[in-house]
Amino acid sequence: MAQKELLKVKNLKQYFPIKGGFFGRTVNHVKAVDDVSFEIKEGETLSLVGESGCGKSTTGRAILRLDDPTEGTIEFNGEDLLALNKKEMRNRRKDIQVIFQDPYASLNPRQSVYQILAEAMEIQNVVPKQKRRERAIELLETVGLNGDQVDRYPHEFSGGQRQRIGIARALAVEPKLIICDEAVSALDVSVQAQVLNLLKKLQREFNLTFLFIAHDLGVVRHISDRIIVMYLGKVVEIADKKTLFENPQHPYTKALLSAIPTPDPEVKKERIVLEGDVPSPINPPSGCRFHTRCPFATEVCAEKVPELKNHGFMEEGHRAACHHVDEIASGELGPKY
Amino acid sequence: MFKFVVRRLFQLIPVLLGVSILVFAMMHLTPGNPAKILAGQGASAEAVANMEEEMGLNDPIIVQYGNFLYDAVTLNFGTSWKSGLEVSKEIGPKFVVTVELALYSTMLSLFIGLIAGIVSAVRKYTLLDVSIMIIALFGLSMPNFWLGIMLMQWFSIQLGWLPATGWGTPEQIILPVITLGTAGAAVVARMTRSSMLDVISQDYIRTARAKGLKEGIVIYRHALKNALIPVVTVVGLQFGLLLSGAVLTETVFAINGIGGLIVDRINARDFPVVQASVLVMAVVFVFVNLLVDLTYKFLNKRIDLD
Amino acid sequence: MSEEIILDIKNLQTVFRDEDSEVRAVDGVSFSLPKGKTLGVVGESGSGKSVTALSILRLIDHPGKVEGGEINFKGKDLTKISDKEMRSIRGNQISMIFQEPMTSLNPVYTIGQQIRETLKVHQGLGKQSGNEKSVELLKLVGIPSPEDRIKQYPHELSGGMRQRVMIAIALACNPELLIADEPTTALDVTIQAQILELINRLQDEMGMSVIMITHDMGVVAETCDYVAVMYGGKVVEYADVKTLFKDPKHPYTVGLLNSIPRHDIDVDELEPIRGSVPSPKDMPKGCRFASRCPFATDLCVEELPSLDEIEDGNEVRCWIYSDRWDGDPEVKEHGPKRTS
Repeated sequence: MAQKELLKVKNLKQYFPIKGGFFGRTVNHVKAVDDVSFEIKEGETLSLVGESGCGKSTTGRAILRLDDPTEGTIEFNGEDLLALNKKEMRNRRKDIQVIFQDPYASLNPRQSVYQILAEAMEIQNVVPKQKRRERAIELLETVGLNGDQVDRYPHEFSGGQRQRIGIARALAVEPKLIICDEAVSALDVSVQAQVLNLLKKLQREFNLTFLFIAHDLGVVRHISDRIIVMYLGKVVEIADKKTLFENPQHPYTKALLSAIPTPDPEVKKERIVLEGDVPSPINPPSGCRFHTRCPFATEVCAEKVPELKNHGFMEEGHRAACHHVDEIASGELGPKY
Repeated sequence: MFKFVVRRLFQLIPVLLGVSILVFAMMHLTPGNPAKILAGQGASAEAVANMEEEMGLNDPIIVQYGNFLYDAVTLNFGTSWKSGLEVSKEIGPKFVVTVELALYSTMLSLFIGLIAGIVSAVRKYTLLDVSIMIIALFGLSMPNFWLGIMLMQWFSIQLGWLPATGWGTPEQIILPVITLGTAGAAVVARMTRSSMLDVISQDYIRTARAKGLKEGIVIYRHALKNALIPVVTVVGLQFGLLLSGAVLTETVFAINGIGGLIVDRINARDFPVVQASVLVMAVVFVFVNLLVDLTYKFLNKRIDLD
Repeated sequence: MSEEIILDIKNLQTVFRDEDSEVRAVDGVSFSLPKGKTLGVVGESGSGKSVTALSILRLIDHPGKVEGGEINFKGKDLTKISDKEMRSIRGNQISMIFQEPMTSLNPVYTIGQQIRETLKVHQGLGKQSGNEKSVELLKLVGIPSPEDRIKQYPHELSGGMRQRVMIAIALACNPELLIADEPTTALDVTIQAQILELINRLQDEMGMSVIMITHDMGVVAETCDYVAVMYGGKVVEYADVKTLFKDPKHPYTVGLLNSIPRHDIDVDELEPIRGSVPSPKDMPKGCRFASRCPFATDLCVEELPSLDEIEDGNEVRCWIYSDRWDGDPEVKEHGPKRTS
């Protein structure tokens, strides 16, 4: 399928200054996102995964222009979002919607569901005024709530239902891309499954494109077409779902996958327990950022930043940023611990 | 820590420069010719002109400010235009009185306020807590000059237990300090209570209990030290307010403090005394704030002074 | 079961009351824990699992109160002993670690002070010997350069390191029982792996019994010997871990397992449990799960089933396994099914 590229992020950098010293000079930077590139095709779900501080949420915020990126380009439908002024960007928000983690915090408690949805429609002017109520009821039913709940307030709903309202609000403006920033992380498993199924259903129905930001790899495996693994502001591996879970190449991805507890006591697997903590993004390690914890690291890892590339033997579209992918795959290089 | 103190002392310079400009400007911009006032009613124009020349009022304003600044830096505040006394001798004793009054009042506020606040927090929603908070509300809403007059009425005039006026003996100190410290005690009590309640619900308090510590140790060792930080801020501000706000209490109890002096000398356009008094107050205020910041650091090592 | 039972909870009731409502957060919880084993207590938010844990140590804050039941720890009923005796058990024979390592340590005291405190109350160790023991404990939980760490404040440590410190404090007096309340929920997955491995290792070395409170079935599968599944303040199923995953009996357990998006296998469509948890202020009178259960009958809605042993040591609170149930015969025969 030759799908159209909907979003193209190129060399995105997001450095946050750290103020200090006598006159509040910028003394250093948090390199939250450091040279990240990827594209999302229309109708697919691309996931950004990684542990806290890897820059996945910052990337999402940059695409929404909630923060202005330090460097790089973000093209949406062939148009550079970073070149738009505030007003133009506001119009573009119609096409790019976001669903946040906390359904409690992201809905105004003083607005009824109808008001919440009508406000979204009004800002983007997608539905004429007299049709808004009808549309709001329709939206609620689309996300699996009752149409007659339209005049209730957020506190009358459970966590899962509130997240559904958040989804309805995003859908209200008929977006092309929805960024789900840890959208199901706060939900209990039984309810999380409902919301995941709903997102999949909506994607099929409305040909939505998802950028799914999450730390739960089970959720990610369930929802994604392709997955990007990030570590300390850098992409370490990118592949389609099947390849990433079944044939990961980067040592970090391998460790991350092996660290997840499997809900099956009969499965006894080899676990790679990484040593140490994630270093600070203020002064990230030189070369490959993972080298301080990597069981395979050699001298070159500390010196040279590895390039994110396909190493020949890998599937098409599968790229990893590691100097030693080939030696590790062939067994030439073994782990130090 | 040392670096921090040195840096804060350096930061004093612009603050004091600012204060000096403000007070200098205010004195010189307010209407009323000090020479005329000094020369007295019905003085001849010539006498006033001579007086102006003598006082340097004819110099360009920049030169006047420069002189004032030079004198201030060399700690020579000159002589009072009104009394002719050396300024430092004039304000020194009065300043000590006001600082004493403010200090004792703050100590009283802190003592009563902390105890009341802790008890209130530990016994939250009980009759005791509600009573303490109602009393605190009264303390906060009473104008202190009124409280002063009432105290004087009961304890000095009706009961005759304590002297009504003056400053110096322990008996004389009691009523003014209660008058000035009551509102502060109420503020500290309320602050301590809310801060303690906030801290008591923290996870580390549960951890402390899970260790098997006695409740008293949990409250005093684990909760109080954390709860003190906002209280210290309030106390620092309170002290500054008391320094400048003591004038009403001083007036009620006929205490010879700096507040009364400043009011008197503003009316008399006695520039040297007013300027020097305000500058000294500013210095004290800045030092109190420094002390507050250092206390933060002592209470919570996480606070990064730099 | 011939093993020695270290903790036996019977019909525990913990209630939160205010003027106009009462929440029976823990409503008749019973389970037991054999010595040296790990019991997982799983459930979603509001199931009462954390309140159960806090009730064991009598750490329930006002307006909550343990109103009934027994907590037998080595033959002693913890609900009956004096406050003083309870304090001598906390942090000594029974220790607890919490979900939030970032906020569970007091920010104004050093790591060393906080470990020494426990050693001082229970073992009377002074500063010198307390420090030596603290260093030893930090070494035990895998903290590098412990001599320097004891002088540091919590904010100078990462989340994973702080959880290690919490574990060090908990282990200071060689407790016989460790209660871990979602110990890894706030941590990243690679750090979670470190901490779980640490708890497992220490349990082996010290022979502790562990209660692992969690919502993560993966953590249960990897760390526990027995599992109590909680729903609506009650234990709905109790089984050894293999049986629970292979042959879950309660429709809620089955639903929970079917809802998990697996990272290790592909599942086309998750099978969520419909609806959401009933409000704790307004619990249904029958089976707590009836409104969400695909197999519920009138009996389930009307009457609360009891927790009954159906095969050796495994218990379930469900009408399906009783003679009185008249629902789908297929389900009656084979029980609710797991999809994967």
